[in-house]
Amino acid sequence: MDNLDQLINEARAAFAAASDGAALEQAKARFLGKSGLVTEQLKALGRLAPGEKRERGAAVNRAKAAIEAALDARRERLREAALDAQLAAERLDVTLPGRGPAPGGLHPVSRTLERIERLFHSIGFAVADGPEIETDWHNFTALNVPPNHPARSMQDTFFLEGRDDILLRTHTSPVQIRAMLAHAERYRAHDVMPDLRIIAPGRVYRVDSDATHSPMFHQVEGLWVGERVSFADLKGVVADFLRRFFETEALQIRFRPSFFPFTEPSAEIDAAFMSGALEGRWLEVAGCGMVHPNVLRAGGMDAERYTGFAFGFGPDRLTMLRYGVGDLRLFFEGDLRFLGQFR
Amino acid sequence: MMQFSENWLRTFVNPPLDSAALAHLLTMAGLEVEETRPVAPSFTGVIVAQIIETEKHPNADKLKLCKVDAGAGELLQIVCGAPNAAVGMKVPCAKAGAKLPGDFAIKAAKLRGVESFGMLCSARELGLSDDHAGLLPLPENAPVGADIRAYLDLDDTCFEIKLTPNRADCLSLTGVAREVAALTGAPFTPAPLTLIPPVTGVRRAIALDAPEACPRYCGRIIGGVNARAQTPGWMKDRLQRSGIRAIHALVDITNYVMLELGQPLHVFDNTRLSGAIHVRLPHPGETLLLLNGQIVEPAPDTLLIADETRALALAGIMGGEESGVSLETTEVFLESAFFAPEAVAGKARACGFASDASHRFERGVDFQLQRPAIERATQLILDICGGMPGPVEEARSDENLPRRDEVRLRPARARQVLGIDLDDDAMRDLLERVHLKVRDLAVELRVTPPAFRFDIDIEEDLIEEIARLHGYDNIPAPVPQAGLSMLAASESSRTDWDVRHLLAGRGFQEVVNFAFVEEAWERDFRGNANPIRLANPIASQMSVMRSSLIPGLIANLASNRKRQQNRVRLFETGRCFLRRETPGGKNSAAPGFDQPRRLAALAAGPVLPEQWGETARPVDFHDLKGDLETLFAPRPLGFEPLAAPALHPGRAAAVLLDGRRIGVIGEIHPRWVQYYELGSAPVVFEVDLDAALAASRPESGEISRMPAVLRDLALVVPVTVSAERTLNALREAAPEIVREIDLFDVYQGQGIEPGHKSLAFRIFMQDTLRTLEDAEVDETISGLLRHIEHAVGGRLRT
Repeated sequence: MDNLDQLINEARAAFAAASDGAALEQAKARFLGKSGLVTEQLKALGRLAPGEKRERGAAVNRAKAAIEAALDARRERLREAALDAQLAAERLDVTLPGRGPAPGGLHPVSRTLERIERLFHSIGFAVADGPEIETDWHNFTALNVPPNHPARSMQDTFFLEGRDDILLRTHTSPVQIRAMLAHAERYRAHDVMPDLRIIAPGRVYRVDSDATHSPMFHQVEGLWVGERVSFADLKGVVADFLRRFFETEALQIRFRPSFFPFTEPSAEIDAAFMSGALEGRWLEVAGCGMVHPNVLRAGGMDAERYTGFAFGFGPDRLTMLRYGVGDLRLFFEGDLRFLGQFR
Repeated sequence: MMQFSENWLRTFVNPPLDSAALAHLLTMAGLEVEETRPVAPSFTGVIVAQIIETEKHPNADKLKLCKVDAGAGELLQIVCGAPNAAVGMKVPCAKAGAKLPGDFAIKAAKLRGVESFGMLCSARELGLSDDHAGLLPLPENAPVGADIRAYLDLDDTCFEIKLTPNRADCLSLTGVAREVAALTGAPFTPAPLTLIPPVTGVRRAIALDAPEACPRYCGRIIGGVNARAQTPGWMKDRLQRSGIRAIHALVDITNYVMLELGQPLHVFDNTRLSGAIHVRLPHPGETLLLLNGQIVEPAPDTLLIADETRALALAGIMGGEESGVSLETTEVFLESAFFAPEAVAGKARACGFASDASHRFERGVDFQLQRPAIERATQLILDICGGMPGPVEEARSDENLPRRDEVRLRPARARQVLGIDLDDDAMRDLLERVHLKVRDLAVELRVTPPAFRFDIDIEEDLIEEIARLHGYDNIPAPVPQAGLSMLAASESSRTDWDVRHLLAGRGFQEVVNFAFVEEAWERDFRGNANPIRLANPIASQMSVMRSSLIPGLIANLASNRKRQQNRVRLFETGRCFLRRETPGGKNSAAPGFDQPRRLAALAAGPVLPEQWGETARPVDFHDLKGDLETLFAPRPLGFEPLAAPALHPGRAAAVLLDGRRIGVIGEIHPRWVQYYELGSAPVVFEVDLDAALAASRPESGEISRMPAVLRDLALVVPVTVSAERTLNALREAAPEIVREIDLFDVYQGQGIEPGHKSLAFRIFMQDTLRTLEDAEVDETISGLLRHIEHAVGGRLRT
């Protein structure tokens, strides 16, 4: 019996000494191979008497099972060790930068325009658009600015060569006329015209160029025409917008009487931040007012039945205030170092 | 713009408000105060002094020892370096203890060994002007010992108001004062007005030849005036603080009355006039030399003041040089007229200048002011220059004077439009405070504006007036109420934001370029010899409207290259401008100009930013084509070779969507790469934005559960056969089980016969109902090969 226990111990020692798969297979052959030590013991059973044979056979089989178990355990250990070694060898420097293309981005003024559209969309303003080469009628006359009116000199106009009736629009207000005409036409046969609510962002042009004026700049026109639209509504919408746009309740807003031929009453809107670098300074952010009856009529509306308000924001200026841009001209120079900051 | 002295204003109305509060009040009433600026910086301890003796400083050639009477009984010794210091002169003196501007303290001190007990001051040392040539000379009658601030009225503020064109009534001190009185309730004291009786019978007849343009003209001859009389200091100060330069007494007086009352006046030298005054339109070819030296030939609708022999002045705009007053003048003809706004509007601008008179007349001058103004001016002339007035001659055309009709105001309408709750009486009160006459008819008010208001014709004008006087701040700002109906969210189009974000996500930076460009760009990049030109460009490099966004992107690339930006990805969306007819209609754009919205992108430099583990390679046509295809996915685009002036002839294509041409893509022509120093050749595309925005609703199809079979097919075709043609040929011949054909390799070179290339395709086959059999797959592949041989002369690569 002792020799079986000794055999098991010898096998365990031999397996433990095998440091890789090949060595382990050699050790296995020594014990469990065709002429291995365990196999020899099994062969030796044939020479024993039947009674002894059964007893001895069971003992040898137990020893064989024990040796096989030791072999499996060692195999498992070696496999794990090999995997560990492989994983250790595959270790990466996870701090190396990721690969791939660089991100691009929207223009800062676009960022502002998208936010403006989204804010107004949330209270039912649809986006409208209009041409930039405009007729004198759409840009001035329909907006209650007759020829020779002193208000024409308020907006220095680019004209096309050889044409005094075709110009680059000086404001987005002509979109009001286009939108009203289209709306009035669409609901001509209806008893009740649904409210017209639009926002019209776009490029406008004036003969002016310095640090705070660009010959091309952006405006956002807003218009709400309906049966009971009031100046108080205008104040409510604009105040709501400015607080959402600047994401602060700490914003003072004031409406100041002013004059535009296309609105009456008219107002300039000033805003003042209650903290930060611009704290307490009144900044002009928009012009607005109730749509002048002559403008409503030019837009095909019944000026007695419908009233409306319109406003025009300068998104370039809003962008400058929001992101701390100091010079308007930066918006139009295409400098990637500047534009890349707004990703 | 209206500028004035606050102290002057306070002689008409003096509310208990400080300067800042007064400025705020005006601003919030629609008279925007742009600037308030003190007339003098702060200083103390400066008094009027007289120089009694001067002697040379013993130790310095350029200094003098002055003995000065500063009203203190004994004389002060002050060392002074001013060249004009002279005995008898009255000057400002800062005594020891005085503080000059900049917190500069004056102390008794020794100057070159001689004691000095103060400092005699120049205008610059007091911060009054830049004049530092010598001491500021004060008038002979200046009271010695008086505080200089009080004596020169220096505790005053200049107000600058940005007036809107509708408020011409506030282009005078009287107008602003009237407004302040209405807003504060403080009493208003008008300018003193006395009728000056004639002392001579000299008169000049006046004929209104164009009475609709000039319905009222008052004239008066004043003889025996002394044009050399000094304009009093107070008048000079008020003029200067209102932004008007003092010239000589007669002109200063007319300017003063214009500022005080709002009536522009003109003085002629009466000895240079002959016969009656005619207010008329010009004769053909008539010219006039103006006071500013300009010779004008007035347009036929420009109103003139003339005598019986010649034109004298542009009515309401500017006087003529030959009939103007000078220091030699002894007899004046004073003009005070009303010119209709329509007759003056735009005329000065047409001559290339603006004047204070035209600015007022084209906005509207009180048509009842001519008599009072001429009396006021007469009085000032008599006071300052002396003289003997004749009678006032007035020519008038009553039917042509402006009318002031009643305007209806429905208080209920005003409440609704403004969204306020203000009762009828309160409205009436507000209107009456600004001198509007109100009749209450119970259901409505009938309101008559005064002659000085030119902005009240319709009900909205009155609603505005009520809002303004009630105070915009007092109008509530509620969250508006409206019916809740949803806006459309269509799947048949995307927004331009979707497209912009897609390009930004693929590494492109958006830019915004001017829509007017250099004419050379249109010629070079577009072959456009007849661009849309501006009549009045701001600069020659911004003189024509762009017909493409690409040149702007190229210019951006060039400027960024100069700033060492090596890898550049840009895009822009915007309108382009073409001479092309578009469908007409009342609401259409200007006829003859097409203004499509476009989207363009540019890529230059390495395909990836410099990074580890990637081999650098310059971006090429097919990289950008991939971006463009992603932008339009899942809609397939077609490409066909194209010749365009901006692009490399072998590397440019027209972009097609559903067979329609929607844009171009290509590499910039090497000629321009070199000319504009772009380094490596950029690739660009430009497409119609509307095409890129179109989208469609996806529809779900059946997904097969059967196993798919993949076969790779390398075909050798002549190099002239395009990939698209080969692919189309495969598609034509493919039976239904072929689900997809992808091109995955292109090879040309060793192993392929010259003039040929290898295109490798992966064929993806599948049936929805059954597993494909080998024989069927083999037959499909041979079918494809037979067709390729027949259609494009291709064969299997071996």
